Amino acid sequence: MSQTTSTRPVGVDLQESEDSRAVVEAIEADNPECAVQHFPGLVRITSPQKLRITRESVEERLGREWETHEFQLAIVSYFGHIKEWDDDEIIIAWDH
Amino acid sequence: MAAPRKLSMKQRYAALTHDLDWDFSYVDNAEAYPYTTFEGIKIHDWSKWEDPFRLTVDAYMKYQAEKDKRLYAVLDSFAQGQGHLSLADAKYLNAMKLFLQGVTPLEYQAHRNFSFLARHLNGPGPRFAALCQSQDELRHAQTEIHTLSNYNKFYGGFHSWHHQHDRVWYLSVPKSFFDDAVSAGPFEFMIAIGFSFEYLLTNLLFVPFMSGASFNGDLPTMTFGFSAQSDESRHMTFGLEAIKFLLEQDPDNVPIVQEWIDKWFWRGYRLLALVSQMLDYMLPRKVMSWKEAFELYFEQQMLGGLFKDLEYYGIRPPKHVQHAIDEKEILSHQVYWTLYQFSFAAAFNTTTPDSEHLQWLAEQYPDTFDTLYKPLWDKASRMVEGGGRHFARALPQLCQTCQIPMLFTEPGDPTTICQRHSIYEGERFDFCSDGCKWIFDREPEKYVQAWLPVHQIYMGNCGGPTVPDVLAWYGLQPGDNGEYAGSQEALDWAAWHTTSHAPAPTPVAGN
Repeated sequence: MSQTTSTRPVGVDLQESEDSRAVVEAIEADNPECAVQHFPGLVRITSPQKLRITRESVEERLGREWETHEFQLAIVSYFGHIKEWDDDEIIIAWDH
Repeated sequence: MAAPRKLSMKQRYAALTHDLDWDFSYVDNAEAYPYTTFEGIKIHDWSKWEDPFRLTVDAYMKYQAEKDKRLYAVLDSFAQGQGHLSLADAKYLNAMKLFLQGVTPLEYQAHRNFSFLARHLNGPGPRFAALCQSQDELRHAQTEIHTLSNYNKFYGGFHSWHHQHDRVWYLSVPKSFFDDAVSAGPFEFMIAIGFSFEYLLTNLLFVPFMSGASFNGDLPTMTFGFSAQSDESRHMTFGLEAIKFLLEQDPDNVPIVQEWIDKWFWRGYRLLALVSQMLDYMLPRKVMSWKEAFELYFEQQMLGGLFKDLEYYGIRPPKHVQHAIDEKEILSHQVYWTLYQFSFAAAFNTTTPDSEHLQWLAEQYPDTFDTLYKPLWDKASRMVEGGGRHFARALPQLCQTCQIPMLFTEPGDPTTICQRHSIYEGERFDFCSDGCKWIFDREPEKYVQAWLPVHQIYMGNCGGPTVPDVLAWYGLQPGDNGEYAGSQEALDWAAWHTTSHAPAPTPVAGN
């Protein structure tokens, strides 16, 4: 079962909280192929190849300004590599 | 408000880290950074190290303060609302005792060594990331102590964790692990702790554990755990950046880094043996088995994900990884069976799993539990019924490298104890596994210095020749150790839940 960069999953574990509910919804909207699992206290989102978190999408659901740094309050763990983290988006993907 | 246009994250990061750096004009670089050459690692361009979090000091302070506020709000309401009474069961706290005694002091050690890196790495990017991590680790140590101090008012085993970390036999396992890391060079430390521990293995320690706290009514621990773990993502990134940076800087770094991965995977994995039994035996309400956690967080995410990525640089999975995979069916059972027998000398209690628990274990481990381990517990239960709770009477031999009692079995043969040895300068040293022997043989001059608790007892360095002498030297108080059933803690717990009036527990000494 060999997986390439295009299929190997990446993922993120988030705290289950009011604010991160909007973040989870935004991630689901931005990453149609992602899968969401619930563990006690945690939400785990995985996606083949790449996961995007966008400021615009989170703000739309949260109804307020949200800077991408705020993602640090929700994130518990991740796997993959943080390829990009700027004002507008965070991208987690494998390099090779 | 007509504020000037804000800098973008990228610009802010560049301005506050790289732009604040300067070149030395009157001191030689090698003199200013004396520790980054002796390990044989070649770095050509430190500016290539980028922190993907683009964290700046203002953002760091802002979000850390928010994390602390959230945590302390939970701690207050838990204490005010007698939250400890809503735990799944008092015996759950045995996992937390082990955590406070074993893990919290490591956070402090990490704080110290990352602060060393924050001074001694040549590049401003990694220096600032190390500074943040150093602050994080100190915050973790402090918040863990604060969080768990709430339980110290009502339960045993929490009062002398710091003293015990330096003395008690099972705590020499985490202590010696970290001593090994901090006494290595800065690059090895980054691969040991930053990469192997934080990226490869930390999920196995924290995530199921914090989920376990959530499931067992321990809100403070869950909250500090998630609060710490949110920093941990940054630490994982630091570790991953570190390894990619070293591998990209020079092809000569690859074999050195590979050996460090081989060593530190096995060192970290052996340390997590303590976690395996917490998941399978110490949590009254189970979240996932060790085997499941290992498959998810290590086999799928790391072997299936990360190592495919590192292949590009010529890195292969850790040398003894197959042995770890093969052990997933047996590890936690062997470890807890040993702790069960030696808990008279531990600052936590153990007990035989009840029938529901045995059933769960059988379901989780269909190939091994009923044939290999259930008979042991059946026998232990019969002995308890006959009035003779079994404790081991002799002290165990310890592995010279990981310092765990020699309880592990031969690969492929779960009923024969594995024993390896090496002769160094005419003296024999014993090991629990091929992995630990390999680590010793690479650096025997380091590991012959190990402070092995059992040897130290026999040498007369631990308070005296009898068990009570040693336990007094460990700082154990009545009720801290031994069997859980019938313990002071079990009796208190039952009383607090059957009486209609509020409990007035006597604070334990040392509080």
